[in-house]
Amino acid sequence: MTDTIIRDERRGDGGRARRQRMIAGTPQPGLPVRGLKGIVLLIACALVILPFLAVVSTSLADQQQVTEAGGYVLWPERPNLDAYRAILSGGVVSRALMVSIGITVAGTALSLTCVTLLAYSLSRAGSFLHKPILLTVLFTLFFTPGMIPTYLTVRQLGLLDSYWSLILPTMVGAFQVIIMRAFFQEIPGELVDAARIDGANELQILTRIVLPLSKAVIAVIGLFNAVAYWNAFFNAVLYINDTEKWPLQLVLRTYVVDNAAFGVDTADIAGTVMPPAQSLQMAILVISLVPIALVYPFLQRHFAKGMLIGAVKG
Amino acid sequence: MATELETTSAAGRDPRPGRWRRLGLGRGTGRGAGTRGGDGAGRTHGAGPAGAHGPRASRRVRFRRDRFLLLLGVPGLLVVLLFNYVPLIGNVIAFKDYQPYIGIWDSPWVGFDNFDVILNGDPAFVNALTNTLVISFVQIVVVFPVPIALALLLNSMLSERLKRVAQSILYLPHFMSWVVVVAIFQHMLGNAGLLNNFLRSHDWATLSIFGNPDMFLTLITSQVIWKDAGWGTIIFLAALSRVDMELYEASAVDGASRLRQLWHVTLPSIRGVIVLLLILKLGDVLTVGFEQILLQQQQVGADAAEVLDTYVYFNGVIGGNWGVSAAVGLVKGLVGVVLVLGANKVAHLLGERGVYSK
Repeated sequence: MTDTIIRDERRGDGGRARRQRMIAGTPQPGLPVRGLKGIVLLIACALVILPFLAVVSTSLADQQQVTEAGGYVLWPERPNLDAYRAILSGGVVSRALMVSIGITVAGTALSLTCVTLLAYSLSRAGSFLHKPILLTVLFTLFFTPGMIPTYLTVRQLGLLDSYWSLILPTMVGAFQVIIMRAFFQEIPGELVDAARIDGANELQILTRIVLPLSKAVIAVIGLFNAVAYWNAFFNAVLYINDTEKWPLQLVLRTYVVDNAAFGVDTADIAGTVMPPAQSLQMAILVISLVPIALVYPFLQRHFAKGMLIGAVKG
Repeated sequence: MATELETTSAAGRDPRPGRWRRLGLGRGTGRGAGTRGGDGAGRTHGAGPAGAHGPRASRRVRFRRDRFLLLLGVPGLLVVLLFNYVPLIGNVIAFKDYQPYIGIWDSPWVGFDNFDVILNGDPAFVNALTNTLVISFVQIVVVFPVPIALALLLNSMLSERLKRVAQSILYLPHFMSWVVVVAIFQHMLGNAGLLNNFLRSHDWATLSIFGNPDMFLTLITSQVIWKDAGWGTIIFLAALSRVDMELYEASAVDGASRLRQLWHVTLPSIRGVIVLLLILKLGDVLTVGFEQILLQQQQVGADAAEVLDTYVYFNGVIGGNWGVSAAVGLVKGLVGVVLVLGANKVAHLLGERGVYSK
């Protein structure tokens, strides 16, 4: 249902652009104006792409080229994966990578489960305690409880230096509950009534009817949650003192932003020269970007509609 | 069909026809308008005699009916209560002399003592407040219009494909963490970064961008633009795609040039969205890029880079002045709510819709 609407909108949009172009009587922009627009857009895109190009290239470059260029290269002449081999052969980065993957996977799964269930239980107007619970959730959109009390709560719960402190506090976002609830409420009541007459219980209605019809919104919210967990930085600063439990973002800060010296155990890659410091730093950066790059195409297909509907409804 | 449902509900087995009706939380949009026929029927029915919502079904009946539904919501609700409401109550430490080893409840009350830094204008606090307001002001004046301009540019592109490609590229930085963005900026523009290496190799003067308090505001502003300007266009592009085509046609008949169309048709049509986002921005005036600034504060020092959030963090979590920090955080939160409500009121007075309508 949703898909059809989106597709229609898209087709309409393409049509609009063409129509706007051909509105009778409006003079077409001249070549200089069109050229200027193109150039502005090109510069904007280059400003985004060039840094990434430099980061990836430097991570692949060898010592000689890095030295010649004075630090960073825009294109690796003799690309090699030594830097990646060095940081992934155990040690700080590998461990942080595992921590981050674990937090992201577990956090996203738990978060989606809780948000979906809460949204579903709030999707029926007039059910028992519907209004008080809905208001309880909505109210959290208007205030943030504050850093200090939140920190003290987490400490009181004994979650300091526990992975749970990175998962639980941001697990259920009111905004996501509201968006998902709005989707559930769009599902025609006849479908649910029919299932009920066929003898389906609440759980069956949820898993067989409601969830399959809401795949798109679940995917969007899940992907956004995953990105948020992967990128979370300050929660780890607050709650994790034990460096063994550091997620990747903290390692990134220490070695790439604060430029702490990076000790690599070169024993595993005996016979090779230690890759240049910049290559190591850029390789850590690239590794932290890989998951984002992997989900980006999916995100992109969905976010326009997910965010839009969220923006309008919220 | 209707009678059948009525019979079942009369028998008390399923008194909930029409429960799927939309609760107009937002303002109902046109989404799915074409498929809503069945829903309308359900709504009429729900309002009829069999509509057993509200007072007619007793609490016990409704509880029995909905207990499983309630149960499903429990885990999520618990998390909300635990990490939103418990800390909210925990704000009482703003009025206490909090001693970690006694606990929140047994610590002595001190009234408004913790608010002295605000009331008497403690220099460190005033510095943090000033920096926050300056940064916010710059972000509203400089950063806020960028996505609007970019959206107008994208919207006016003749080639649909070019527009799509540009969008994919420009949205990308939004999904990077602040650590990544700061790292990239530092390695591109830092003293040993790409730009300065290039300048040095040509014997040109280098630019001291990082670690330079005078450049800090420029630096963080450009980082915000780099990261979120592209993403910010989404909502404006959506608004632009909803502008009534006939307005353009009518203005073309009246002989309007494209610039006049921009000024008299396009911008007025997206004014509501602009006002809405401006209100939300105003509510956040005391919150400026916390992670971003925390990451870069060391390099320029607290004079230039202390904002309210970092003040709360360093004073409270690091320095142990729990009560004072909580007081500052509490006031900051309250002011934020007041600002949103106030800005919304002003928007109503100006005839705009605002965040919520009455």
